[in-house]
Amino acid sequence: MSEPVIHTDKLTKRFGDFVAVDALSLTISGGEIFGFLGANGAGKTTAIRMLTGLLAPTSGKATVAGFDLYTGAEGVKRNIGYMSQRFSLYDDLTVRENIRFFAGIYGLTNQAIKEKSRQLLESLKLVDVADTRLASLPLGWKQKLAFSVAILHEPKIVFLDEPTGGVDPVTRRRFWDMIYEASERGLTIFVTTHYMDEAEYCDRLCIMGDGKVAALDRPEAMKRQFGVESMNEVFLQLARPKKTE
Amino acid sequence: MKESVLIAGVGKRFAAIQALQEVTLSVGEGELFGFIGADGAGKTTLFRILATLLLPDEGRAEVLGLDVVRSYRDIRKRIGYMPGKFSLYPDLSVAENLRFFASVFGTTVEKNYELIRDIYSQLEPFKTRRAGKLSGGMKQKLALSCALVHRPEVLFLDEPTTGVDAVSRKEFWQMLGRLREQGMTILVSTPYMDEAVLCDRIAFMQEGRMLALDTPTGITTLFRKPLFAIRARETWRLLCALRASPHAASVYAFGSALHYTDNRPAVRVDELLAALQAEGFTDVSVSVIQPGIEDTFIALMEEKQGSAHV
Ligand SMILES: Nc1ncnc2c1ncn2[C@@H]1O[C@H](COP(=O)(O)OP(=O)(O)OP(=O)(O)O)[C@@H](O)[C@H]1O
Ligand SMILES: [Mg+2]
Repeated sequence: MSEPVIHTDKLTKRFGDFVAVDALSLTISGGEIFGFLGANGAGKTTAIRMLTGLLAPTSGKATVAGFDLYTGAEGVKRNIGYMSQRFSLYDDLTVRENIRFFAGIYGLTNQAIKEKSRQLLESLKLVDVADTRLASLPLGWKQKLAFSVAILHEPKIVFLDEPTGGVDPVTRRRFWDMIYEASERGLTIFVTTHYMDEAEYCDRLCIMGDGKVAALDRPEAMKRQFGVESMNEVFLQLARPKKTE
Repeated sequence: MKESVLIAGVGKRFAAIQALQEVTLSVGEGELFGFIGADGAGKTTLFRILATLLLPDEGRAEVLGLDVVRSYRDIRKRIGYMPGKFSLYPDLSVAENLRFFASVFGTTVEKNYELIRDIYSQLEPFKTRRAGKLSGGMKQKLALSCALVHRPEVLFLDEPTTGVDAVSRKEFWQMLGRLREQGMTILVSTPYMDEAVLCDRIAFMQEGRMLALDTPTGITTLFRKPLFAIRARETWRLLCALRASPHAASVYAFGSALHYTDNRPAVRVDELLAALQAEGFTDVSVSVIQPGIEDTFIALMEEKQGSAHV
């Protein structure tokens, strides 16, 4: 495997007395599809917000894409893509306007934006609907666009926070095709999901419990360890340990 | 059986989009009724009509024997509705949100605590936290508690478990089962096919129409081709290889297996196995399996849209 693109050492986030992420230590290699699982409130989104530079950690260390989270925030931002729960495009802008808007945010020059827009519209076969408002497009197309926009600036890592939440069985499989294709090209994928079949598609999984790592391994190894057939069963055993009921 | 919900020829149009078209069905008292279908299939529009938040253009609908247009006030008191998008007050705490919804309906949290305990107890450690600061799944649990706290006779849940973790989903459906036993009628939409299986009956919607209505087992009989489960260590490479095959009718990932249909009428397991081994998949296994709802859902969707944007 290549050198780590994410490395965290006891990364911690507190909100008042509450510890949302508790001494998280992870190493993720280039090109990996890394699944980040856990019960509601386990700290997944909070960890992602720290790793993307949106939220300051309380303590601990981290490097993302080779940049220190504290001293290299600009470098981190240039080298990561982020797509939040479902997606983060504007429904009332057209396809072209969305691309232009996000390309602008990522600091691409006007010339580069033009060129990228053209390429993207062609490769996604969206030329005919370039001036259509997003709201009237099928979910599958919007998802494709959202993902492509998130990696428009050719980052090293993309963080996907529940990209398929509430998405139908066909559309979410098409989304995973995109994830695989991007990963083949060397992009590192950091993804959260509550669909346990999707957990099986990851190279490696981290299951979080109350802000801490409860398990970290390849899906096959986890299933073997628990003597079960599916990640769903692993999750049911691990996600909420020692709870009354 | 007594009917709790009756929908007769309901249609609704928004500008250029026909959101619902001639939808007719009825749901019996105490029934757990599921809606499945892609985004934009019309499920949310139907729920909003039944919850008296939207008027139908055509047809009529009744809830608890009351017309949704004329008797909306009476209906609202007796139903619970959880919209797909949150309906919470982000600046109020968890406990305040719940208390607010109880008081709107002239009841108290204490009176109906039993009903919401399973879900709400997971939020109790965070009672004083503002709803806006909850995680996605925690908000969903609170919204559900709020929809239930006045003990409605009919419950409309629009994708209630989106964002909810796998353990809580399981508990949530156990809770729905208990509510049904107490006689509550429940209409629920879901993108999770493992949940659809737990309903008494399900309606499959597409582009505003109801394409199928049956029990979960009944729905799966719509899947008519022989179905194979194929496994190998390198799932993604296997998927690509199968898709490239001229004989492949459909290939979809299902966890660690692929579900495959062939376009030759009577292809055998050993033929498929031999072909894949010849392609270098030495650890491959093939078996015939029974289609589930997820297989049927995918097949129905493919049938309708052809391979337009595969
Ligand atoms: N700004 C905040 N103030 C106080 N608590 C917060 C804040 N943001 C998050 N939390 C808490 O931190 C915990 C972790 O939240 P987070 O959103 O990271 O969970 P998650 O693992 O993403 O859950 P889900 O699966 O539901 O999305 C939760 O208890 C949440 O309420
Ligand atoms: Mg989250």
